[in-house]
Amino acid sequence: MIKLIGILLVAVGFGFRVNALVVVLVAGVGTGLAAGFSLREVVALMGRFFVENRGLVLPIVLMLPVVGLLEKHGLQERIATLMRQARAATAGRIFWLYQALRGGLSVLGISLGSHAGMVRPLIVPMGEAAAKGRGELTEATRERVRAHGAAAENVGNFFSDDILVAVGALLLVKGVLDNAGVPVTLEQIKLWSVPTALWVLVIGWWRYRALDRWLARRKDGDK
Amino acid sequence: MSPGLTLEHFFMLTGLFVAAVALGIARSPGHPRRWGSTVFWLGLAVAIGAGKSLPHELVGWLVLGLGALVATRQVAVPGFSGDGAAREASAVRLGNRVLWPILVVPLLAITGSFFVGSQVALGLGCLAGLAAALWVTKDTPAAPVREGGRLLELLGWTIILPQSLAGLGGIFAKAGVGEEVAKIVAGALPVSHPLVAVIAYCGGMVIFTVMMGNAFAAFPIMTLGVGLPFIVNANGGNAAIMGALGMLSGYCGTLVTPMAANFNLVPVRLLELGDDWAVIRAQAPFAAAIWIFNVAVMYACVYRF
Repeated sequence: MIKLIGILLVAVGFGFRVNALVVVLVAGVGTGLAAGFSLREVVALMGRFFVENRGLVLPIVLMLPVVGLLEKHGLQERIATLMRQARAATAGRIFWLYQALRGGLSVLGISLGSHAGMVRPLIVPMGEAAAKGRGELTEATRERVRAHGAAAENVGNFFSDDILVAVGALLLVKGVLDNAGVPVTLEQIKLWSVPTALWVLVIGWWRYRALDRWLARRKDGDK
Repeated sequence: MSPGLTLEHFFMLTGLFVAAVALGIARSPGHPRRWGSTVFWLGLAVAIGAGKSLPHELVGWLVLGLGALVATRQVAVPGFSGDGAAREASAVRLGNRVLWPILVVPLLAITGSFFVGSQVALGLGCLAGLAAALWVTKDTPAAPVREGGRLLELLGWTIILPQSLAGLGGIFAKAGVGEEVAKIVAGALPVSHPLVAVIAYCGGMVIFTVMMGNAFAAFPIMTLGVGLPFIVNANGGNAAIMGALGMLSGYCGTLVTPMAANFNLVPVRLLELGDDWAVIRAQAPFAAAIWIFNVAVMYACVYRF
């Protein structure tokens, strides 16, 4: 039971809004100690996992100089100009299209972008400019539009990578079930991943239409 | 292509970039937390760039040290004031040319992934994008370091959260936390009932993913602890249907947990949102609607096919 102290620490830490990094490090050391490792062993484990998982930040950090430089030279301003010419574009339509494109390419095993690679430099400026075409945005409205742009990336990314190309998730499902003595084929898992992928598109359409309607109503209120 | 080029080279390059940002902070007297921030980014530069050749324990202490700097609020972000008029003028002058270096990155990363590893291909894509951006803007090579550093400081401590969470997950696994949780779930609910078994399994995937920040970590534990014994063995359910929808239920948890830092907290910083929960709030209705769908499909099909 004492091993669960890490989960308790995480829950309490997030509940009291302690800095997430501090919570995670304390919970890791606490769980390791509770499980009977020495302090030095736990710290060495933390170091090992940190080094093995450095790849997680590589796509973010390496993208920053490119995005920063282009932003200095008017990337967002240029996108805003283009969006003023595209009258049919709304924030919701842009995010839904991006979610569908991201998901469609991920079916083929292709990872189109990320928060640093696509969302900050392109997708969010497009959505924001489209929303702005109907009046200036308040800070709260801008935050809501931006958060939906980030959501489009995550939702598009998550739910359709199990369908065609055998990537990590698919192999993990097959591996766990095979090892447990209930063999399954990749084709079966792929087939049963399709309904959810389609459903996610429907939900996206509903969510982004709600966003557009909310944005439109807000403008009427301002007039 | 070239066998000499590995991911490790890109880690060194990343380390050099982060070190350059740290030196830039050290030389700016107006920085709100000049020395704390300098030490933080230098420490991170060492952990990323040289992490592989250092003893694991040393890296561990280094990471805890970075955490201590964050906990004592020694790392801060200065207020950045850009030149709006210059940006407008540059946007007019460059036109659409300012857009395409961004598109070079995924194009090269996708093409390259057929020849070299996908992470190496992405690294090459970023370098090509940087070269293209420098060529288009005719700016100095110091500019991308300065502008990238501005974004890096905005990200701040969230940049080491994903690896730290991987560490927490690894320690949870070593300590056997998952087995303990699965035992509690199985003991607390009447999981031999077919519908309860489906809800407990899909719900457990969400809860466990929320705690670990990763559906991959939750999957083996919930599947072996709840799914296989109660859906497949006790009620004759179809393992492939269970596995596919179980994993997709876990992703619903990923949408709503701050523990999935690179998906839910990094964009908060990148998009300069004031509220750490903004992205999660936008995603919560997605998570709920998708989870209910998964449970319904699993219950309708898993005992039938």
